[in-house]
Amino acid sequence: MENCINTYTPADYKSDQAVRWCPGCGDHAILNTLHKAMATLGVAPHMTAVISGIGCSSRLPYYMNTYGFHTIHGRAAAIATGYKVANPEMTVWQISGDGDGLAIGGNHFIHAVRRNIDINIVLFNNKIYGLTKGQYSPTSDRGFVSKSSPYGTVEDPFIPAELVFGARGNFFARSIDVELATSQEVLVAAARHKGTSVVEILQNCVIFNNGIHNAITDREIRAERTILLRHGEKMLFGKNKEKGLVRDGFLLKAVTVGEDGYTMDDVLVHDAHTPSNFLHQQLAMMDGLGELPLALGVIRDVAAPTYDEGVSMQVEEVRAKKGFDTLRDMILAGDTWEVK
Amino acid sequence: MLENTNVKTLDKVVVRFSGDSGDGMQLAGNIFTNVSAGLGNQVSTFPDYPAEIRAPQGSLGGVSGFQVSVGTGVHTPGDSCDVLLAMNAAALKQNHRFLKPGGVIIVDIDSFRESDLKKANYSTDRPFEELGIKAQILEVPVTTLTKAALAESGLDNKSVLKCRNIFALGLVCWLFDRPLEAALHHLHGKFAKKPAVYEANAKVLQAGYDYGHNIHASVSTYRIETEDPKPGIYTDINGNTATAWGLIMASEKCGRPLFLGSYPITPATDILHELAKRKDLGVKACQMEDEIAGVCSAIGASFAGNLAVTSTSGPGLALKSEGIGLAVMAELPLVVIDVQRGGPSTGLPTKTEQTDLMQALYGRNGESPVAVVAPATPTDCFNMAFEACRIAVEHMTPVILLTDAFIGNGSQAWRIPEADEFPAINTPDVPAELLADGSWRPYMRRENLGRYWPQGGTEGATHRLGGLEKDAVSGAISNNPENHEKMVMLRREKIARIAQDIPELEIHGNADADTLLVGWGGTYGHLRSAVEELNAAGHAVALAHFRYINPLPANTFDVLRRYKRVIVAELNTGMFADYLQCRIPEKRIDRINKIQGQPFSTGELVERTLKLMED
Repeated sequence: MENCINTYTPADYKSDQAVRWCPGCGDHAILNTLHKAMATLGVAPHMTAVISGIGCSSRLPYYMNTYGFHTIHGRAAAIATGYKVANPEMTVWQISGDGDGLAIGGNHFIHAVRRNIDINIVLFNNKIYGLTKGQYSPTSDRGFVSKSSPYGTVEDPFIPAELVFGARGNFFARSIDVELATSQEVLVAAARHKGTSVVEILQNCVIFNNGIHNAITDREIRAERTILLRHGEKMLFGKNKEKGLVRDGFLLKAVTVGEDGYTMDDVLVHDAHTPSNFLHQQLAMMDGLGELPLALGVIRDVAAPTYDEGVSMQVEEVRAKKGFDTLRDMILAGDTWEVK
Repeated sequence: MLENTNVKTLDKVVVRFSGDSGDGMQLAGNIFTNVSAGLGNQVSTFPDYPAEIRAPQGSLGGVSGFQVSVGTGVHTPGDSCDVLLAMNAAALKQNHRFLKPGGVIIVDIDSFRESDLKKANYSTDRPFEELGIKAQILEVPVTTLTKAALAESGLDNKSVLKCRNIFALGLVCWLFDRPLEAALHHLHGKFAKKPAVYEANAKVLQAGYDYGHNIHASVSTYRIETEDPKPGIYTDINGNTATAWGLIMASEKCGRPLFLGSYPITPATDILHELAKRKDLGVKACQMEDEIAGVCSAIGASFAGNLAVTSTSGPGLALKSEGIGLAVMAELPLVVIDVQRGGPSTGLPTKTEQTDLMQALYGRNGESPVAVVAPATPTDCFNMAFEACRIAVEHMTPVILLTDAFIGNGSQAWRIPEADEFPAINTPDVPAELLADGSWRPYMRRENLGRYWPQGGTEGATHRLGGLEKDAVSGAISNNPENHEKMVMLRREKIARIAQDIPELEIHGNADADTLLVGWGGTYGHLRSAVEELNAAGHAVALAHFRYINPLPANTFDVLRRYKRVIVAELNTGMFADYLQCRIPEKRIDRINKIQGQPFSTGELVERTLKLMED
């Protein structure tokens, strides 16, 4: 894929349908970066399938000039799995939200990740149910007030990354709807990763949850509250990249390089490819609200056998060993008798 | 055309207990014999002792057997057995040749370790393959489970191991529905002076019985026999295997790979097992995380261009409803197999019933018609699985195949068809000229109202499908009220037109009779036998048996009108009778119903038909 000549432009992936999300919705930016990421990848539109469940984000397939399927609530991961196994030549994307993917579709989500089917799951996380007009979601913080939790929720949220690691995921990346370059970079990386890739994009719902990510994403503070991780690079952040992440016993610590005796040598180098997910988890769990910044970029990207290849290879192996050309040949090789 | 078949409740069953001479096979066999005799069965036994008195344990020379035939009309212990119990690898090697086609083998899988195989002179580590066994094998960890049951008994290891035979006996008692009280009585007699040993054996007897219950172990005690078989090559087949093979035949005939998305459920799991084995024919069988993922992965595979199937039983069909609705809306081919069992809820998982008819026809939100077909016999499962695929692909619709536990597990001799006995399936690829001039639209329809079916990866055919209502031509989302009604009527008419593409209803028995007995699906064998019996006794009766449920064959109501008396016999409270009645309100429809988790018996059908004829 690295060598392929990009003969496609973002416009080649756009359908003629009018985009109907609310003005100012973060989904517009994600859609545009997805078109760009696909052009960068250069996979033909007719070799691409985009499959979604239900919710605002799940409208996305209508805006793609690819094979697309806007299915039923929560089931996109299962449908995408069948699609990829049946037609492994296709590049398969799944578009999902925090409600669709982690509540009603939670079971399919963890099992897709566990199986490591080669699909790219883009999880739009706005911590709210938008299409049904404002109920709390499984990623809403404890105490969150919504139409279905007028006195605040009394339950803790999922942290998508933690769920991915719990399901033994091998690719996790994060971006923010307004970070166009980062979104494009991680979407391309997700597609190039073989196996289930989960990209969480913090997305703003202007109508029902406006500003939910502001404490991290506000332009003024974003550089201090987030860190962009890249494999092989130092973990630096801050307006002038003056801060870095260092080891502090088993934990991580944010320091200012050159202060308190910390030098650049102390700052960790990101290794997204190491099989152990110990550090990846710590990085993914940083919330950007305290000392530690929220991690963006590709946090984990580890090669592992994929389900679709496993199925295809097993078919080939079995057929090579004792395959039959037709059903009749197979049956005749069993116990039979003749009636004359 | 349906073969002339006859259902026989096996009037006798032959069980062969085999193991090492120290395994207590004679005792287990004797107790089973005595319990059966106590139930009023005739019995005949054949103890088969080893020639060597002290052959080494686990060796071929040390195998001991006990064969018993129980039932009615029993004159001999039988030449071959329906169930073979093999407590170790040597016993299997010595005895597997006694198994009847379609029989079941139960092995203590704990006695198939490398050392056991060596002692029994196996040359590979795959004993079943090495012996060429194709029968159904129930691998039970008898030793492990016996030890676990007696973990707190205080008995030493040797004494514990001596109870393995009684665990196996418990399992056999479950399979043939023998009461444990009688077996306990015999054990008590045997171990009267050793209360601790009696207690231990009583415990493992129950444990073996419970194991059978817990894993839904079952053996069919029915056999459907084909009368006057046509010349050809035959094999023995049960309905679930026939279903799996029918799907493979359809895949060959439509040129699309076969995909199965499924989740284990009694009594449908054998379809998943068979298709998982058929990787040797290129089948992709995926065991998914739940029933919903089973149907959804199949829908994904269908959109990608595969012949897609999901298999389940009643409770699973309930879970798949929303997915089937999506396939109705997206107008994708999908075959949903429901091997019906007793309901509602978990119900009677191993027993047969026809109570999912209404669920299959109507169990979805909105106006969501699907085609429904129902095979009549185990071998007809092959034909109707093929038909379900043909209708699904050619008409671009979900099709529900309603089989049941009785024909799914029941076996029958089957003439292996030649490939040309089945028609080609006309896969609705988008015509090249429509792609070339760009005039193809996703919801363009063919004469039968089915859409075209482009495979993922086809250039020029990218399109978007979804669960939202579509514009009748472009397939774009549409909220237009008139368009919605038009689409509802189109989807309905598409299913109705399938009637032009299926055979007419046939009449069996005495076509000129005044009385018409009507059945559908898996009750055919019993109904056919009952009709033959009635006509032979001078009571003229005709039989109409439905395998196409929705749409009904085109001549259905002409046929019903020809008869003075119409009696619908089915294993539910009258679902098919109601379905017919509301379409032909002027006709009185009498009913014979049974909801006991059991098939009809020929005798009761004869009796109840005669009673209705007298009224």
